[in-house]
Amino acid sequence: MALDNQDFVIFLSTIEKFVKEKLIPREEEVVKTNKIPESIISEMKNLGIFGLSIPTEYGGSNLSMLQEVKIAFELGKAAPAFRSIAGTNIGIGSQTIVMSGTEKQKEKYLPKFATGEIIGSFALTEPDAGSDAMSIQTKAEKIGNKYIINGTKRYITNAPMADVFSVMARTKPEKSSSSISCFLVDASLNGITIGEPDSKMGQRGAITSDVIFENCEVSEEALLGNKEGIGFKTAMKVLDRGRLHISAICVGLAERLLQESLNYSTHRKQFGQTISSFQLIQAMIADSQSDILAAKGLILNAALKRDKNENITLESSCAKLFSSEMLGRIADRAVQIHGGAGYMSEYPVERLYRDARLFRIYEGTSQIQQLIIARETINNFLKS
Amino acid sequence: MKILVPVKRVIDYNVKIRVNAEGSAVETNNVKMSMNPFDEIAVEEAVRLKEAGIAEEIIIVSIGDKGAQETIRTAFAMGGDRGVHILTDKNTEPLVVAKILKEIVVKENVDLVILGKQAIDDDSNQTGQMLAAILDWPQGTFASKLDIDGKKIKVVREIDGGLETLEMTIPAIITTDLRLNEPRYASLPNIMKAKRKEISEVNIDDLKIDTKNRLEVLKVSEPAIREGGRKVEDVDELIKMLKNEAGVI
Repeated sequence: MALDNQDFVIFLSTIEKFVKEKLIPREEEVVKTNKIPESIISEMKNLGIFGLSIPTEYGGSNLSMLQEVKIAFELGKAAPAFRSIAGTNIGIGSQTIVMSGTEKQKEKYLPKFATGEIIGSFALTEPDAGSDAMSIQTKAEKIGNKYIINGTKRYITNAPMADVFSVMARTKPEKSSSSISCFLVDASLNGITIGEPDSKMGQRGAITSDVIFENCEVSEEALLGNKEGIGFKTAMKVLDRGRLHISAICVGLAERLLQESLNYSTHRKQFGQTISSFQLIQAMIADSQSDILAAKGLILNAALKRDKNENITLESSCAKLFSSEMLGRIADRAVQIHGGAGYMSEYPVERLYRDARLFRIYEGTSQIQQLIIARETINNFLKS
Repeated sequence: MKILVPVKRVIDYNVKIRVNAEGSAVETNNVKMSMNPFDEIAVEEAVRLKEAGIAEEIIIVSIGDKGAQETIRTAFAMGGDRGVHILTDKNTEPLVVAKILKEIVVKENVDLVILGKQAIDDDSNQTGQMLAAILDWPQGTFASKLDIDGKKIKVVREIDGGLETLEMTIPAIITTDLRLNEPRYASLPNIMKAKRKEISEVNIDDLKIDTKNRLEVLKVSEPAIREGGRKVEDVDELIKMLKNEAGVI
């Protein structure tokens, strides 16, 4: 059961306040320290942000997709690093267990994911396997009632603070989705080395690093769903939800950038008037506003469909492609509207411009989304 | 100890206020509403007293239309125990509110009422004082610190030129100032737990009291737009302007 509307409105208003009063004022501090303050993380846990999507029987709030994207519209207004800390718990980390985990795995992990007592991290990408995810080299060999994991994972979000990794590893040599399994690996096990945090273009405070598995021994109970070959397929199935969530974060960040541009352009004077009275500036504002509303409509429509249990592979990829690309355009216009000031670190748009760039890359690049959209559209045509 | 906390649903403090087309009131259509910020502080203080083992029950009351239930539920999520909703579509002025609150105080055997010092919509700053008067209870208004020891309450108030400390005995009325505490957020787990808390709804007309307003709003208007200043070349020009244009010398 999703949260009823009155209760949801109360929570949405909490999130709006939290973003405005607690997150946005501490963005600069996060940039300087490359770390989300502990007090913020613990407040995010108390507010229930980590458990948004987890079923109520495991201590979460089981928000509908529509509710989840409305929360993401708000969270997206703050620097993306804040949301990132809870991203795996809300998204792919918990959802793969919800969909395919054994009862024992659900009981072990979901309640702690929901409270944020443990932080999850999803480990798929490797040095030689990005968009071509099926070509991962990390292996899990079964010996007796144990699996031995060997391999290197790259750009793994939250790796240094993670308590549990969802590790995608090959259990068969053939290049097929059923050759890849998912293991729930406690970070405290022997044979796991966390690399130095990556030095990134933006999103400081959101930490990624290598995770290296060397003869890491896990019990067979760590195998997702107690079954080989379902890990990759499950991850692909929960991607729809993750893509919509990320799309909604893009909208939030785009709204923030537009706000910053409006604040600036309605105060900055040139040629004796505020620059917002010039039509060439107005054109950029109009294009940005239209982009935001178009993305919002696309996301809300897809969320409604998913809540009716309809397949949204096409819609969620369209939403991810359009929202991340429009965010790129808006970030660019925001800097342009700010002029020289937009190039200076003193104004938040310079930083948000760099933060925004990642959205066209992770959770499936724009090009991968195009392939999915084309495939779905052509298949739909051939089937009809 | 039983605490009563009245909460008012007002236009959210982030919203830019606009006067309606008729100039009779502030526009409330399609405007985000939330709990009066001073009332949030009052709820927070009551919850802290309960957490400290000083209070046993916190009753939340709100007067207003159906939407007031959302405000009561927000107070539940912060820690309020049960609610009373006085249903009315009319605006109620401070004296009417005080009279209604008195009914509830007597009926529920309340020991302490904590109110916001004022609501950010009409800024009346009267309800707490009026309630103290009609109950003939002591009042500690604009509280910035509260200490309760048995039946004794110490209230620190911020006044011009410093701090004033009052001592009074329960039952009493407290109104909250901005610095009393920092209210907690209504968290999702607590919103969900609050589902089980009950609100009893009472129609304002079923109360056996005179709820007629004595005040009438004649007109509401936007503040006059401030005209920009002007620069003068020299003292002579300034004197000329003060004489001829401003007419002050």
